[in-house]
Parts: sequence; C-alpha cells; structure tokens
Amino acid sequence: MTGNFLRHTLLVAGKDLRIEGRSREVLYTMAFSAALVVLVFSFALSNAADPAQGPIVAAGVLWAATLLTGTVALGRVLDRERENEAIRALLLSPVPRSAIYAGKLIAVFLLMLAVEVAVVVLVSVLFSTEVFAHPGYLALVLMLGTLGFAATGVVFSAALLRSRSRDALLGALLFPIVIPALLAASRATACMFDPLAPDLQPVLFWLRFLFATDVVYIALGLWLFEPVVCGD
Amino acid sequence: MPAPKSTRFLAACAAAFALLLLACLAIGAAPPEATMGVVQKIFYFHVPSAWLLMLSALVSAGGSLAYLFRGSERGDRVALAAAELGVLFGLCVLVSGPLWAKAAWGAYWQWEARLTSSLLLWLMMVAYLLARRYGGPAARRLAAALALFAAVDIPLVYFSVRFFRSIHPQTTVVSTLGPGMRGAFWLSLAAFTGLWFVLLSVRLAAEKAQAEIVELEILLEQAEEEKS
Repeated sequence: MTGNFLRHTLLVAGKDLRIEGRSREVLYTMAFSAALVVLVFSFALSNAADPAQGPIVAAGVLWAATLLTGTVALGRVLDRERENEAIRALLLSPVPRSAIYAGKLIAVFLLMLAVEVAVVVLVSVLFSTEVFAHPGYLALVLMLGTLGFAATGVVFSAALLRSRSRDALLGALLFPIVIPALLAASRATACMFDPLAPDLQPVLFWLRFLFATDVVYIALGLWLFEPVVCGD
Repeated sequence: MPAPKSTRFLAACAAAFALLLLACLAIGAAPPEATMGVVQKIFYFHVPSAWLLMLSALVSAGGSLAYLFRGSERGDRVALAAAELGVLFGLCVLVSGPLWAKAAWGAYWQWEARLTSSLLLWLMMVAYLLARRYGGPAARRLAAALALFAAVDIPLVYFSVRFFRSIHPQTTVVSTLGPGMRGAFWLSLAAFTGLWFVLLSVRLAAEKAQAEIVELEILLEQAEEEKS
C-alpha cells in the first residue's frame, strides 16, 4: 500500500518534471521573475540600506522573491492539467488522489528549490551578505519554508483550476495562510545571515516552528485535496 | 405548545440587547485602572471581540468540515455566516487594539506575535469571503479548505503571548482584575457572545431563505418549460 502510494507519487512528480525538463518554461520564467524581484528590491533599497539591517533586508528579499515566484510555479504546474482537460484523465486514473497531491507537491517543491539556489547567489552579490556562513542550516530553512508554501499552494491552485479569476485569487488566498511559515523562515534566515548574531538558538527555534507548520500543512493537504478537487 | 420560532427569536434578541445594555452600564461603573485610567475600558470591548474572532474561525472551520466531508448544506451556511462575523469582530479587534496601544505603548502597531497572528486570522476570514464570491465553480469547496487551514492559526493566536516574547498583555490578565472590573468583563463577554449568536441566527435564516428562493425559481422555470 505504502509502496504503491510512493510509486504513484513519483510517477505524477516524474511526469510533471519530465514535461518541465523538455520545455523549461516554468523554470526559466520563474528564475527570470525572481531575478527581477531581487533587482527591484535592490534598486529600491540601495540608498536606505543601513549596514546593521543588511541581513534582515537580504533575508526578506530572498523570501519575498520565493513567495512571488512560487505562485508562478503553482499556477503553471497545475495549469498544464487544464489543457485538454487533462485533470479529468488524471483524476480518473487508478491513482489515489492523495498521491496526485503528493506528486504535484514534489514537482513544485523541486522547481522552487532550483530557482531559490539562483536567488540566494544573487542576493549574496547584490546585498553584500555572507549567505553561506551556515550552508547546512540555510539548505534546511529553504527546504522547510518551500515545503510549507508548496503544501498549501497545491491545494488552492488545484481548487482554482476552473476559476476565471484564478491568477488574481491564488496569491490573495494563499499568502495569509503561508505567511506564518514564511515569517519563521525569514527570521531564521536573517539570523544565520547576521555575522554578529551571538548564537544560532533562534534559528533552531524557527526551524522547529517551520517543521511543525509543515507537518500540519502537509497533513491538511493530503486530507483535503480529494474533497476539494473532486467535489463535482 | 412551544412558542413560534419568531417569538423565540425576538426573545433571544431582547435578552442579548438587555445584556449588552447591562454590560455598558457595568463598564461605566467599573473603577478606572490605576495607571492607564479610562483607556483601559477598551479592554471590555477588545477582549470579547478577539474571543469572537477566534470563535468565528473555529465555527467556520467546523461548518466547512461538515460541508466538505458530509455535503452538509447547513454546515456550509454556518461556515459562511461565521466567517462574515469573524471579519466583523476581527475589524473591532484591529481597530480597538491600536487605539489602546497608542495610549499604552506609544505606537499604534508593533510587529509582534499576537498582533501579527490576529491580523493574519482576520485576513484569512476576508480571504474566505473572497474565495466564496469569486472562486468560480469550486468556490464553496475552496472556501471550506481555506477555513480549515485558517483554523491552524487559532491556537497560534491564543498561545502566541506564551510562546513568543510579546509585549501584548498575557491571557492571565483576566484573573488579576479587580472585583469591580471582573464582573464588568464577564458581563461584557457574555453580552458580546449573545450578540454573536443572534447575528449568526439572523444570517443563517437569511441564507436559508435565499437557498429556498433559488430552489423555487428552479421549480418555476421547470413548470414554465413543461407548460410551453
């Protein structure tokens, strides 16, 4: 049963990643939009930057770029299922709905993570921040923060599949829900970017907080995906 | 014979408003706080509103659960009515809080856990209404999922003052109130909750009537088609 679930999940995720690997549409658009977001912030804040606030600003920009471009990934990965009503075929296939959710989650998560690596490098250059002081913790925060965002986003993006005002609504509905996780991620990131931080205790606290919210979001996502998407 | 529904409803309304009036009198008669003076009276309004924001989010989540997993139309109506009340009472919290904060802390807003989580809970209730109105064919299910995700924020709001370093007064402040203040506080809490129930039942009745009208319109259309 568990083996089957995992196999189906990987099949769905593999399908999405293979389509993306051929066109690279989402990856390139996301990476370009993320770079633009970081640049806009860099122009806007260039004169106001107080060196002491540098790590906080850099962490904020990193997560703002992640949040804004993550919405693009969510929109596009689910949008592909709308073309030729592919979602109907996917829902009719003998795959548990929760495995479809998990597969989509993995695909969005990996795409976002790939773009975040580029964003981190760009932030380190444009905001002169020592971003790789704690690479292990940074990877962990990026993964947990992105997982929380994607776990919630996939449910809402799938539910909005047939809505005409989907692009306008996705961000408006998703951001209030994911802000607690992203606040935690941004606090943890700011602390590890700060060379003057006395210790990494706050990072550990926020990591635990992120882990707990991720567990809740994923559990809710697995549970709610079927009734939300297959109600008709 | 039990009293007709409308009579019972009017009696409940009258009781709620009498309680509200009594609460106003008690708040007026309660002694002013030693350091903050008259500003502290916002407390009698702010805390019940905050409690009702959380209650609304909880009831909305409960209704959504019944709708999503059992297809309960009544659950859906309860979720909508509660979410609307959540927006209303949330607005009361978000207006009264900063007014008090300006006098007590010197600033309308501080970015700290209790304020942020309450603001987020309110935003989620607003998002619920947005999803409901503009969410397209799956609007009701989408909104229901949102209400359930929003429920995660309720314990965060309540325990935020304990978990995080916070300048917001602790939840234990109620047990430290003086005798004159305590009575006024509980009375005000009961009156606000009574008002919430009355508003909820009014809204539910309106939604039910709306659903009945839609049903009748469909029947009428069918009858007209059969006739022609």
